[in-house]
Amino acid sequence: MDAKDILGIPKTQLPTTQEKKSRPQKEPQRKPDGISREVYALTGGLAPLMPSIDVSQLKKRPPSDEKITWQWLPFTNSARKDNLQLYHWVRVVNGVPPTGDYSFAKYNKSVDVVKYTDEEYEKYLTDPMWTKEETDQLFELCERFDLRFIVIADRFPSSRTVEELKDRYYVSRAILIARAPSPTDVSGHPLVKDPYNVSQEVERKRALSMVLSQTKHQERKDAEVLAEAKRITDSRMASRAAEEPEMPVASHVGSESADRAVVLGDTVSPSSNIQLPSATVVPSTSIIADSASTLASLRMLRVYLRTYALEQMVQAASSSAGLRTIKRVEQALQELGVNLKPKVPTKAVCAEHLELRKEILTLLNLQKQLQYKEAEGSSYRDGSYIDMPGTPKRSQRAGDQDRTFVPESINFGGERVGKRDQKRKGPGRLSEAPSSPAHKRPRKKASDL
Amino acid sequence: MEGEIEPVDCASASKPPRLEIPKVPDDSEKPIAIKRLKDVEICVPIVYGTMAFHLGRKASESQSHRWTVYVRGATNEDIGVVIKRVVFQLHPSFNNPTRVVESPPFELQECGWGEFEIAISLFFHSDVCDKPLDLYHHLKLYPEAESGPKSTKKPVVMESYNEIVFPEPAEGFFARVLNHPAVVVPRLPAGFVLPTPVPIDSVHEKGRGDTKNHPLSHWFMNFSEADELLKIASARQQVQAHIIKLRRELNMMNGLPPPPNPASGHDYA
Repeated sequence: MDAKDILGIPKTQLPTTQEKKSRPQKEPQRKPDGISREVYALTGGLAPLMPSIDVSQLKKRPPSDEKITWQWLPFTNSARKDNLQLYHWVRVVNGVPPTGDYSFAKYNKSVDVVKYTDEEYEKYLTDPMWTKEETDQLFELCERFDLRFIVIADRFPSSRTVEELKDRYYVSRAILIARAPSPTDVSGHPLVKDPYNVSQEVERKRALSMVLSQTKHQERKDAEVLAEAKRITDSRMASRAAEEPEMPVASHVGSESADRAVVLGDTVSPSSNIQLPSATVVPSTSIIADSASTLASLRMLRVYLRTYALEQMVQAASSSAGLRTIKRVEQALQELGVNLKPKVPTKAVCAEHLELRKEILTLLNLQKQLQYKEAEGSSYRDGSYIDMPGTPKRSQRAGDQDRTFVPESINFGGERVGKRDQKRKGPGRLSEAPSSPAHKRPRKKASDL
Repeated sequence: MEGEIEPVDCASASKPPRLEIPKVPDDSEKPIAIKRLKDVEICVPIVYGTMAFHLGRKASESQSHRWTVYVRGATNEDIGVVIKRVVFQLHPSFNNPTRVVESPPFELQECGWGEFEIAISLFFHSDVCDKPLDLYHHLKLYPEAESGPKSTKKPVVMESYNEIVFPEPAEGFFARVLNHPAVVVPRLPAGFVLPTPVPIDSVHEKGRGDTKNHPLSHWFMNFSEADELLKIASARQQVQAHIIKLRRELNMMNGLPPPPNPASGHDYA
């Protein structure tokens, strides 16, 4: 509309009515004939790429030389054993009813359940846990219910688990092998090829049920752990590739930890009631791994500068953090009056600096967690409580200590300026004022450098 | 006012490139297997940088400053015990821009008008390390503040502190420098068998390699580890206190989710 103003073209209609007019005009034009509007809408209103329905064929009539009638006729089903006669509508062409069996009879398949004779039972199938009657019952149920073990387990007179029943049934595999003239004849049979492993099945089902019954919280945690494990193995492999081949241990450790992490994922869920977030656990395992591999690669160098070592360790420690988080860490350092790169990088100073950075990361993580909790709990989205550094809110500090709703947070690394401040008049936040440097403009810091 | 008068294309970024992880030569290729001391990390604290004096009346267009670039021990001890020679790579506009200094004090004096990045390569004695270590330093001629007439007496000093770390020193090297003041040897693990310390003899004939009585030593910067440590320690304390607070809050929230309190004085427009 502005363009029209600029061009000087007179506006004939209001924009809104124009839009409304054009849209209904479009739709009837696009709907194809041949199928009804509702049916077409089912496809999402868009024609399929390959037209599955040939529109022109839809309205065709059957060839007129044939005479079609529909008759209510009796039929039999060869799948039935009782010669029951039922009736149904039949399409009769020129007075000739269709021949052939009931069309659904071919679906009456059943499983070949192995049947043993009594001698065979005596020879191969005796088992201290099972009586012959029970075994016979089992096999009969198997036959009856086509090896639907859930149903069989349900109908079985004595209570046995599905796995036990299956295990017993699959003993018929032994019969097959015994019956066969030679092992190779029967080795292709599915029963022989894949033996049933009770303990594995029990374990598998237990694990499956645990996975299915996980809460969303558990799911997220497991995904996190797996991602961390992957990152650990990746970083280990990367550092291994960079290191000399004299470090074969790392690869074993890497694959082991990956396996262990997967198992961890299974076993973490039962303890889902432990509520301690300790979010630092998950990131710290990867940080420890990265730091360890960085340390190892440093040791492989014959000589290096202390500042280089610190850079590497800082990188390793922040490997799980995004660029924005890293910037916030640096902002926090500045506010605390600490040089981003130490002026006197001795061993002790570098170690302390690294620890400080890690602690700031932890702090930021906790703040984020707190934010999420708040967002979950509160009914309106009020976003972050983190303020920008240097905002003149010092007066609000003292009285706000006992607000339960609003957490006290440090004004490190605020994300958005301006707008946040306007909303943020009520609740206070703990402005960081350990000493004056924190509130000075960061620019002044340059002189310290 | 500081600025680069001539576009210096050799000085790319001001950040030194990362040390590439070198392909360490296989020890077995050497005729004698070198025994290395694991778990003994020794380091040599150094200070490197530049000092620039304005030439005052004697200044010309092309030569306005006389400056010195150097590498010294942080405590002004003789680092020649570890470093064999230093190569300073100057701006290509200088004659023979690759300057080699074969003995301490490892420094170089020049005259010029432009600021640029100097590459400093430290070469070590053969029993120390066969690979050089690179440092980079930006030559600063002009002071930060435009303070009136340029003094010819007071130089513009720019120094950086760093430590050369040897994570697994060779035994011979270790024995040689065990007691040398330029080298920092950590507290050795219990039961460590000290190799017999080799008496310190000056490797260079040119006199002392230390910079304790260097003519410019009174301009050297002071690097106090204690100050920085204190600053960092206090920062850590603050951060730790906040972490504890937040953790408490989080635990409270997980235990008893507080009901959303609309009447908490929010200003929602």
